[in-house]
Amino acid sequence: MTEGVREITYRDAVREAIRGALLTDPRVFLMGEDVGRYGGCYAVTKGLLDEFGPERIRDTPLSESAFVGAGIGAALGGMRPIVEIMTVNFSLLALDQIVNNAATIRHMSGGQFAVPLVIRMATGAGRQLAAQHSHSLEGWYAHIPGLKVVTPATLEDARFMLAAALADPNPVLIFEHVMLYNRSGVLPSGIGTVDIDSAVVRRPGTHVTLLTYGGTLFKTLDAAEVLAKDGIEAEVIDLRVLRPLDAETVLASVGKTRHAVIIDEGWRSGSLSAEISARIMEGAFWDLDAPVGRVCSAEVPIPYPHHLEEAALPQPAAIVAVAKATLGG
Amino acid sequence: MPSLGADMEAGTLVEWLKRPGDHVKRGDVVAVVETQKGAIEVDIFEDGVIERWLVEPGTTVPVGTPLALIGDGEPAAAVPAPEAAAPAAAAERAAPPAPVQQPPVPALEPEPPARRPRASPAARRLAAEQRIALDELTGSGPDGAIVRSDVERAAAGVAQRSTAPKRLDLGEMRRAIAAAMARSKREIPHYYLSTTIDLTRALAWLEGANATRPPAQRLLLAALLLKAVARALGQAPEFNGFFTTEGFQPGAGIHVGTAIAIRGGGLVAPAIHETEKLSLDELMVRLRDLVARARSGALRSSELSDPTITVTNLGERGVETVFGVIYPPQVALVGFGAPVQRPWAAGGEIAVRRVLTATLAADHRASDGHRGALFLADIDRRLQNPEAL
Repeated sequence: MTEGVREITYRDAVREAIRGALLTDPRVFLMGEDVGRYGGCYAVTKGLLDEFGPERIRDTPLSESAFVGAGIGAALGGMRPIVEIMTVNFSLLALDQIVNNAATIRHMSGGQFAVPLVIRMATGAGRQLAAQHSHSLEGWYAHIPGLKVVTPATLEDARFMLAAALADPNPVLIFEHVMLYNRSGVLPSGIGTVDIDSAVVRRPGTHVTLLTYGGTLFKTLDAAEVLAKDGIEAEVIDLRVLRPLDAETVLASVGKTRHAVIIDEGWRSGSLSAEISARIMEGAFWDLDAPVGRVCSAEVPIPYPHHLEEAALPQPAAIVAVAKATLGG
Repeated sequence: MPSLGADMEAGTLVEWLKRPGDHVKRGDVVAVVETQKGAIEVDIFEDGVIERWLVEPGTTVPVGTPLALIGDGEPAAAVPAPEAAAPAAAAERAAPPAPVQQPPVPALEPEPPARRPRASPAARRLAAEQRIALDELTGSGPDGAIVRSDVERAAAGVAQRSTAPKRLDLGEMRRAIAAAMARSKREIPHYYLSTTIDLTRALAWLEGANATRPPAQRLLLAALLLKAVARALGQAPEFNGFFTTEGFQPGAGIHVGTAIAIRGGGLVAPAIHETEKLSLDELMVRLRDLVARARSGALRSSELSDPTITVTNLGERGVETVFGVIYPPQVALVGFGAPVQRPWAAGGEIAVRRVLTATLAADHRASDGHRGALFLADIDRRLQNPEAL
C-alpha cells in the first residue's frame, strides 16, 4: 500500500491484493486459465507473470476440475494457492472438487488435514454475455458447510479480503462481480486489513433495511438516495460474507427499522435471499411491520439483448418500489 | 347520519375510521360524529365493503343523510351525492339507518368468528402490551395492514381521550335534554305507578355473593335492579320498544338504557344490549365500562340509539321516589329510589326492613295501568329471588 489518498479501480485493488500476498508469503501462488500470458480474462493479473515468473503465476489447461483439484492438493501439501476460476459459470465443472473435496477433507480426515485454499471467481450479469456466462451462483456455494463465501463489493474489501482469506485455514471462495472491475474510487488510506466475518452498514437509516452484497450494493445505495428524496431513510447493509451469514447485524437492523428488503442478483427460488428472509422470520418476526420484500433477478435465463438483460436484473427503480410497498406506500 | 336521540337533527362527521375498500361487519366502528352528546363512535349495522364516503369530515349533515355506500364488494353504479336529496335507493344502501324510522337491530348478537385484523407482528406485540384492540384501528401499512405506528398513535389517543373529556359539550347536551323532555311532556300521555319492594332477601344475597369477590368485582344493587327489569320485560313487551308514527313498535331485543349523570350536569342513558341475557357479573362489567365511557364522551352510536326502555336509579342521591319522564320514542321509564329502613309488616309482625320504591312512568298509548301494575309486581317478585337473576 502506498501512502495517501489515490483513485484506483476495483480491478487494480484485486491485483494489488494478489501482489501483496505473493510478496509477503512465499507459499502463495496463483493459477488459472489465462492468468499469466494473457493477464487474466478481466485483466486482473496483468503484469504479474513478468514480476513473479511462471512458477508462481501458472497458466492452466482448460480443465477446472483438474486445476481446482491441483489447488486442493497444493493446499494439503502446505502451500497457499490462489485458484482463479474465470467465472462462476465454469466453476460448475469443478463442483465435485469444491464440494466433495475442498469442503469436506478436514471433516473426513478427522481434522488431520486442512485445505487453506482460496478460489477467486467472477460472477454476475450485465456485460451481455448471455445465459451461459451470466450466472450468480454464489448462493449455491453458501449452501455448503465447510466453505466460507465472501463477496467484496467495495474497493477496500477487494483490496484486503484476500489476505484474510489466505489466513483462513479452510477453503474460502471469493466472488468478484463482473460489473465492479471498472468501478473506480478512492481507496481510503490507513486501512490495512478487513475481516471476513461481518456484515457492514454502508448507509445508516431508520425506516427500512436494504440487505444486499456484491454487484447490487451500488444499485441499492442509488435506490436509497432516491428513497431519501421521498423522506424514507433506508439502512443499507452489505452482507460481505454469505457463509457464514452475519445474522446478528441483519437482525439488529431489522429490529430497528421493522422493514426489510433483500436485493440479490440470484434467482429467488431456493436462494440465498430466501435463506435471509427465513433468518429474519426466525429471529425478528415480532419486530416486523411488513412481510420481507425481495428484489431478485427474473426467473429466466439471463437474456443477451441489453434492454432485456437490464430488465431481468435488479434495478434501483424496482428496489425503490419494493421498499415503498413494504412501507405501505 | 344516525339518530342518536329523539331530538337530534344533525351531526358533524369528525373522522372516518375505515377506508373505502375495507371490509366491515356489523358492530365495527366506522366513524366518529360530533353530537350534542359528545363525540360518538358510529358502529355499522351491515356487513359489506365500504365503496365510498358520501360525506367529508367536518361536514354537518341532517339525521338520515347517507354517510357511506356499503356494497358487497362488486363495483357499484354511480350514486348521486347526498346534497342532491339522497334518493331512496341510496338511503337503503346507506348505513347506519336511523333507528327511529326502522326497528333497531340488536347489535350484540353472538358474533360470527371474528375476521382477524390484518396487523403486523410488531403491531400485534405492542397492541398486546398496551391492551389496545386491533380491530378498532385503521391500518396505514401494506394493504391497509395495521403497523406499529398505528398502534402507537392509538395508544397516544387513548391516553388523550381518557384525560380530556372535552368531547362533551354540556351546553349542547342540556339543549338536547330540553328538547327531548319537552317533546315527551308534549306528546306522551304518561301514567305513573309506584310500589315498595322489600329488599331484605336481595341485600342478604348480595352480601353473600360479594363476600367472596375482590372489591373490583363486587356486585352492586344496581345490577340486580337492571337484571330484574330486563327479565320482567320479557313478560311485558309493551313496555319495551318505541312509539312512532306507525304506533307502538316492540323492540327487537331488550336493551335497557341506564341513566348516567355526567359530572358538571347533563345525562345520557346508553343501552346495555341484550340485558336479560347477561350474567350479573357480565352486567357489572358492562355497567362500569358504560359509566366510564359515558363520562369521557366515548359512547357508541348503537348504545345511544338502541335503548328500548330507560332505568333511572336515583337512590344514591337519597331520594325515595322517582317520577320519571319518558325518553321518546321509548314508552316506559322505571325509576328506583334509595333503599331505606322502614317499619314493615311481614308474617303478621312488624319489623325494620330495608325497602325501596320502584316507579313506572309509561306511555298510555302503548300500555294500560293494569299491565303496568303486573310489570312492577313482576320486578318485585324477581327481586325476592335474587339467586335466580
